[in-house]
Amino acid sequence: MTEAYIYDAVRTPRGKGKQGGSLNQVTPIHLGAHVLKALRERNGLDTSKVDDVIFGCVEPVGEQGADIARVATLYAGYDLSAAGVTINRFCASGLEACNMAAGQVMGGMVDLMVAGGVESMSRVPMMSSGGAWSVDPQVASDTYFVPQGISADLIATKWGMSRQDVDAYAMESQRRAKRSWDEGRFTKSVVPVTDINGLVVLDHDEHMRPDTTMESLATLKPAFADQGRNYGFDAVIMQRYPDVAAIDHVHHGGNSSGIVDGAAALLIGNKAIGDALGLKPRAKIRAYASVGSEPSIMLTGPSYSAEKALKRAGMSKSDIDLWELNEAFASVVLRFMQVMGIDHSQINVCGGAIAMGHPLGATGAMILGTVLDELERTGKSTALATLCVGAGMGTATIIERV
Amino acid sequence: MMNYSVDADGIATVEWDLPGRSQNVMNGDSTEAWVTAMDKAIADPAIKGIIVTSAKKDFIAGGDLEMLLAMKTAKQVFEWTGEFHKACRRFETAGKPIACAMPGSALGGGLEIAMTCHYRVAADNAKARFGLPEATLGLLPGGGGTQRLPRLIGYAAAIPLMTEGKKIKADAAARQGIIHAVVPAGTEREAAKAWLLSDAAKGVKQPWDTKGYKIPGGGLATPNGMMFFTAANAMLRDKTYGNYPAQKHILSCVYEGLGTDIDTGLKIEGRYFAACVASPEAKNMIRSLFFGIQEANKLATRPQGVPTQKFTRIGMLGAGMMGAGIAMSTATAGIEVVLLDRTQEDADKGKAYAIKQWTKLCEKGRMKPEEAQALAARIHTTADYAELRGCELVIEAVFESREIKADVTKKTEAVIAADGIFASNTSTLPITGLAEASARPKNFIGLHFFSPAEKMPLVEIIMGKETSDETLARSMDYVKAIGKTPIVVNDSRGFYTSRVFGTYVNEGMALLEEGVNPVLIDKAGLIAGMPVGPLALADEVAIDLVLKIAKQTEKDLGAAYPMNASHRVAEKLAGELGRVGKKSGKGFYDYPEGGQKHIWPELAKHYPVKPESEQPTVAQIVERLIMVQAADTVRCLEEGVLKAPIDADVGSILGWGFPPFRGGPLGWLHTIGIDKAVADLERLEKAHGARFAVPKRLRDMATKGERFFLV
Repeated sequence: MTEAYIYDAVRTPRGKGKQGGSLNQVTPIHLGAHVLKALRERNGLDTSKVDDVIFGCVEPVGEQGADIARVATLYAGYDLSAAGVTINRFCASGLEACNMAAGQVMGGMVDLMVAGGVESMSRVPMMSSGGAWSVDPQVASDTYFVPQGISADLIATKWGMSRQDVDAYAMESQRRAKRSWDEGRFTKSVVPVTDINGLVVLDHDEHMRPDTTMESLATLKPAFADQGRNYGFDAVIMQRYPDVAAIDHVHHGGNSSGIVDGAAALLIGNKAIGDALGLKPRAKIRAYASVGSEPSIMLTGPSYSAEKALKRAGMSKSDIDLWELNEAFASVVLRFMQVMGIDHSQINVCGGAIAMGHPLGATGAMILGTVLDELERTGKSTALATLCVGAGMGTATIIERV
Repeated sequence: MMNYSVDADGIATVEWDLPGRSQNVMNGDSTEAWVTAMDKAIADPAIKGIIVTSAKKDFIAGGDLEMLLAMKTAKQVFEWTGEFHKACRRFETAGKPIACAMPGSALGGGLEIAMTCHYRVAADNAKARFGLPEATLGLLPGGGGTQRLPRLIGYAAAIPLMTEGKKIKADAAARQGIIHAVVPAGTEREAAKAWLLSDAAKGVKQPWDTKGYKIPGGGLATPNGMMFFTAANAMLRDKTYGNYPAQKHILSCVYEGLGTDIDTGLKIEGRYFAACVASPEAKNMIRSLFFGIQEANKLATRPQGVPTQKFTRIGMLGAGMMGAGIAMSTATAGIEVVLLDRTQEDADKGKAYAIKQWTKLCEKGRMKPEEAQALAARIHTTADYAELRGCELVIEAVFESREIKADVTKKTEAVIAADGIFASNTSTLPITGLAEASARPKNFIGLHFFSPAEKMPLVEIIMGKETSDETLARSMDYVKAIGKTPIVVNDSRGFYTSRVFGTYVNEGMALLEEGVNPVLIDKAGLIAGMPVGPLALADEVAIDLVLKIAKQTEKDLGAAYPMNASHRVAEKLAGELGRVGKKSGKGFYDYPEGGQKHIWPELAKHYPVKPESEQPTVAQIVERLIMVQAADTVRCLEEGVLKAPIDADVGSILGWGFPPFRGGPLGWLHTIGIDKAVADLERLEKAHGARFAVPKRLRDMATKGERFFLV
């Protein structure tokens, strides 16, 4: 089988995903094109060699509609022969894009791919693309649909995570994110977003709140208590999990992933194309996996996808040096650590989406790049990146430096 | 059937008038006659407009359920409704104005026919109700209601009317935009005609056939629409536990149908309607809730040849909550009540309770103060047995003690007429035994009310060994007079309702003893469709009462007494630990003041909970909770405690809230099939013991291929 290598990884900084956020001035097509241009310029890339561009995007409508990957590729000035396709695996879309690109390289049908994602949550808000799951009465009822926040609160309730526990995790995410920025750990990959004049619009992750304290977190009201109690969702999830007597609503804006705008892209290809273009491989993709699991609790998929990818790679947990799990909600990471037996010192070492935000379609590609940078910085070898995914899925990727 | 006339102004009147019935209903014949009349009016060039109305006091009461039950396949239902929809579309798009003049109620199919008319006018009639109550019987408005109502008033207003089956008055219907005008009673046809001849009627179209039509309040493909449905779906499951597909299908008809044109929407509705008609839930609810209760209310099993008794004055012994509740129901029916207790003060307390309840109704605007006063004036409180003179019936609801009951029986019989009936409201003591204290055991009967008696619709009538058919017939007349539903059972420990209800509570406690998570036990009860989980129910009934009844039974039966889980657990909780239930704030649950009840944390010390991996599935618990009741109900039938299967089902639903979608304990066995029921019980007996043993009657039925019900 052909090996798939990562040659480069870039991302935008993450802007607050609301009006007034720095990247709210920037359309998603611009964000997508921006990371494509960065890859081309950093690598002196002959874009006629790019077979395809795969972008994850979770709300592919409006400004993000109609195959944003292809139009961003055109707008970035890539060779017209470089195709583009947009995919949606909810929060893991960006990682899934990388996995699909790697799979195509491994399968031998392509040589060089760009994979990543884009999401302007400020300009194309969550839920813009609708969907049957929560709305269609037959589907919602039969599958016990609840919003993710309720699922996250169930995870905390079911496995005994107190408000204190999830807040403490959030604090640490903020601390690690600040340290990483302070130490310049993201410098290699972050490409500041500029405007039509070349003026910098944003050069740092602006969602971070490094002054967060346990006291400040304690003042935040549970975000999902109202919808849980007054709109039937607690009852629905407790019908699915009937041994739970009451849902403890512990999550809030401060211990859940931030809503932000951003884009990311990786250059993935086989050895021969790297040699031909004079690119230096940074890591190879050892294995990847996506899984489905029970959709109502929804967010426990990462451990299943991680186990599946490890098995596929013929590796065990102890073979992984660094873990990266998207911080959708604090309880998701805490549960993953419980199940997998992972120490906090090995996971999300640079901070995560609680501090820096989660631009839905792009995050998977961002965290894969982040953990690759960190492997290189620390001289470590292997990493597993994973995300919990809506409707009970999980996606994971294992990389190894070369 | 369908009167047809044309006046000098070219207005045709199509008048529903089903022969031999007090109400118009939509059935095959009446619908066909209506379609024929409408087609005739539309085809006749001399006709300028059409009035659709009724010769009865109401417009149309709804669809004929017998016709629906008779339809064998979903395909048949789908095709029949398809023809109906086509006809309705033909009429409303024919270009001739159609006005509906409603003298009274328009419910179900009646309101759906009204909505096919361009203009709806209702008489100002306080008794008239408008609504689409199909879902209360497991059906949905299949005559276009799910498409026309939301297109008329918006989905947010239309959906609750349909899923809850609310019936509203004319003024409310007018406010909501369901009808156009309310006019003085008797002038509704004139009003309809006036509209037909007005300019507004010229070239009139239905809103949904008008160019540029928009759904009031916006369509579904909007953020608001999505949020509405997301929440509505969850809230429906919260309420129904997924047990009532009709409500879900109503939501789907609106969700799927409003995104398209009305003709397509009607096809979508037809498919879901057919699914409802074919569903076991609808069949069960129609059989038990509709026909079963209807027959019981008609006193179908009343002994013949006994003249109907009219009650003018009854006596009520014991002015506690039960006595006061029965007094309220009786006074409401226009019957004088002598409410007697040991002291005048105690008796007055009972009346005060009644007045308090009525005052609440007055405050809510559901009763007028003068009505409340008239009702209160019918309740005469006393401590003197002499006041019972002239009572045709005396009911006792005194303490559950043989001695006390014997005493009040004797005191009562000393003053009431020789043909007066003495009824005991006991829920536990066999009637035959109590009748031993009576000098006239033929006139002694059990009338078992449920708490709160002023609200609960069931009365379980218990025949003692000596009770005469005449006493039964007259007692049934009383139950009917106070607007309640009777079932008749023979004397036995716990009669029917308390006995079978007890098996539910017992099974919950058996599960607890086995180490099943108490949260799971009670949640499974709710998921099974019961109103309350078995442990919470024991708390509400009071665990010391459960224990007292168990001890009494043990004493009465001696060596034959089968010790059971509820006796053991009640002994532990109420006997040893002093946790008697909700009334003391301590039972299986803790009831913190102002807080949510939660399982008593230390319960696990006494009943250790098995690890999660060893817990049964919800489905397994649900099966046990339901099948244990069903098996004992068959035994009641076998032992002659119950006479008719339908009484079992009606009694279970009205008495202790057995889930209507299952039809009743026997309805449920009927639903799953007798052969499967036998096999399931055999498996359950093997796993959990003799309480699941297959009753002989059920085995015989399986062998002979018999069933409890035809449909």
